[in-house]
Amino acid sequence: MILNGSEILVNVLLEQGVDTVFGYPGGAVLNIYDALYKYRDQIHHYMTAHEQGAAHAADGYARSTGKTGVVIATSGPGATNLVTGIATAYMDSVPLVAITGNVSTPLIGCDSFQEVYIAGITMPITKHNFVVRKVEDLADTLREAFRIASSGRPGPVLVDIPKDVTAERTTYTPAPRTDLHERTTDVVGNVEEIAELINRAERPFVYFGGGVRLSGASEELRQVLLTADIPAAYTLMAAGALKYGERNNLGLMGMHGCYSANCAANRADVLIAIGTRFSDRVALNTSKFGHNAKIVHIDIDSGEINKNIIADYSILGDVKAVLNEMMKYIKPAKHDSWFAQIEKWKEEDYHPTDSEEVLKPHQVIETACRVAGEDAIFVTDVGQHQMWAAQYLHHVKPMNFLTSGGLGTMGYGYGAAIGAQIANPEVPVVHFTSDGSLHMNMNELCTAVSYGVPVITVILNNAVLGMVRQWQGVFYGQRYSSSEPERVTDYVKVAEAFGGKGFRCKNPAEFEEAMKLAMKEKGPVWIECEIDREEKVLPMIPAGGTVHDTIFN
Amino acid sequence: MKKQCMVILVENNSGVLARVSSLFMQRGFNIDSLTVSSTENPKISRITVMTTGDQKIFSQILKQTGKLVETKMIFSVEPSFSLIRELLLVKFGTDHGNIEALKQIIEDFGANIIDMTNGCFVIELSASSEKIDDFLEATEAFEMIEMCRSGAIAMERGKVSYDIG
Repeated sequence: MILNGSEILVNVLLEQGVDTVFGYPGGAVLNIYDALYKYRDQIHHYMTAHEQGAAHAADGYARSTGKTGVVIATSGPGATNLVTGIATAYMDSVPLVAITGNVSTPLIGCDSFQEVYIAGITMPITKHNFVVRKVEDLADTLREAFRIASSGRPGPVLVDIPKDVTAERTTYTPAPRTDLHERTTDVVGNVEEIAELINRAERPFVYFGGGVRLSGASEELRQVLLTADIPAAYTLMAAGALKYGERNNLGLMGMHGCYSANCAANRADVLIAIGTRFSDRVALNTSKFGHNAKIVHIDIDSGEINKNIIADYSILGDVKAVLNEMMKYIKPAKHDSWFAQIEKWKEEDYHPTDSEEVLKPHQVIETACRVAGEDAIFVTDVGQHQMWAAQYLHHVKPMNFLTSGGLGTMGYGYGAAIGAQIANPEVPVVHFTSDGSLHMNMNELCTAVSYGVPVITVILNNAVLGMVRQWQGVFYGQRYSSSEPERVTDYVKVAEAFGGKGFRCKNPAEFEEAMKLAMKEKGPVWIECEIDREEKVLPMIPAGGTVHDTIFN
Repeated sequence: MKKQCMVILVENNSGVLARVSSLFMQRGFNIDSLTVSSTENPKISRITVMTTGDQKIFSQILKQTGKLVETKMIFSVEPSFSLIRELLLVKFGTDHGNIEALKQIIEDFGANIIDMTNGCFVIELSASSEKIDDFLEATEAFEMIEMCRSGAIAMERGKVSYDIG
């Protein structure tokens, strides 16, 4: 079959099982968009307000489904607008294929109109990238891009295609799908010896991260924890991998994690880190983190072993395969006195107080969670509201909490929520944001309106950049430099002006009512929640600190 | 801090050097010298990199560089089982100084005079990095006009084969 490059591109997308793409047209991708028009019955293209929103939408689509997200942008500014979205996906190991147009091959290197060397720009923020110079290479390059993005530790792959390559014609030969999300079954390490270490432990503790979610290993993890009677805590990337309220699930750990979880990590005699990378938001002080414990590190990425902390033992492999192997050697145990100690720490933890008169952040989160229900997907932006959502949502599903953990991208939320809603039209999608983050990408409201995407955006409006201001309050002598912007944005009017719906709430009763009304809407809704600017995310361990430095008020 | 020589066998694609050097820069790995060349296999290029660091850094270099899609193989070169060579070109003027003494040093180090033009002579020396350093120290007193040296290249002794498909 003789096809042009653009038709080949679309056919390879179909080979890979892609039926949804996000993007924004432009000069260098006109041929691609012409092919998308031709195949519009088989592939739905969602156009956003800005390419960054499209990249985040593809990311939200990927995180909420486990499939590979696809985003398309034109050359030059179209491509550079993807950069933050690609970097966000890279830091959180999200499978994403970004396709950028470029100027025609003879114009490359001439500083042509809308030319940028996007392969060079994205080199450090992609798992791999390609520049396709011949139409004959296009199909196989795209297939390789999908294979790389979805295999091993997933990540974004960028394919840059000059405009002439999208027009030239060649033979297209269909091929099998390469987007297989292959999970390796290889396990490298002395699993039996490590299981013995765990069997002998008196105060074992598991700290797990996004690898558990990516590997689909919730059940395997639960089996190990229940059999060996081990308490566990999760990083931001693994919220929902265990259910809220499970006996072994202590909650979030790290800078704003549960005091009990951080104490347990500190006191454990064997600390088992599963599918996680000892980031500076969890292992805040690498020389003291888990210092009473033998540290076991299980990860699929060899580069993570001994990167941030030196592990006493390590196992290389997909979490699911490793835990299945480990279960063969794990013996039933009971650690009642260890759990009793943890219960004491729980009592000493920070507990927020409710109010009926004013909106407290934890009540907003809990109410939204209750009204939206168990199946809802929750998406956040970045800042205080993100941490409150991580702390107070009752996470029960591994793919239902989408947040920019590694890069911490303010403005991630709206695009990601739209992508998640498009991928999951049957479930409610709640987007928690703040006045700071929403101002970064609020333009995507027009996308939600155009496509009738009923994302509920809950704005925790404290009229300041809360997290920046919290740090300035604690560490910078209350010198609130550029964190109190004095904005007068009327969120209800903005929502309405874009064609959406807006509510404003001042107390819990009003908020619950607004949430219930929003759940019935067929299009996007914004709910503005006024909260006090002095609200802080607590507890908090300062950067570089230990659990002994925990701040409770 | 130690010096370490590493060999990276990569796909012979355009941009692969940029990818490797970008990774070194991104992660703060040191490059003392770097050499890229073709190999017996036209699909494979060989990058030899001299780096400075500790065991933790060397281990990270091996793992992170090994993860690059275009990296087929990476290994540390063990000096006792390998030959590591750099090439030195250095130009001396002959107007002053004891030329006979210089010629003696050249002979002692096994260096060659490869050009004499306009009262200058160019010397080449292929040797280990340390020996080249020693040679430059030994010739410090003479009128050096220009100097350049290549990065290291390395090869293991005996029969070693790389099964990289």
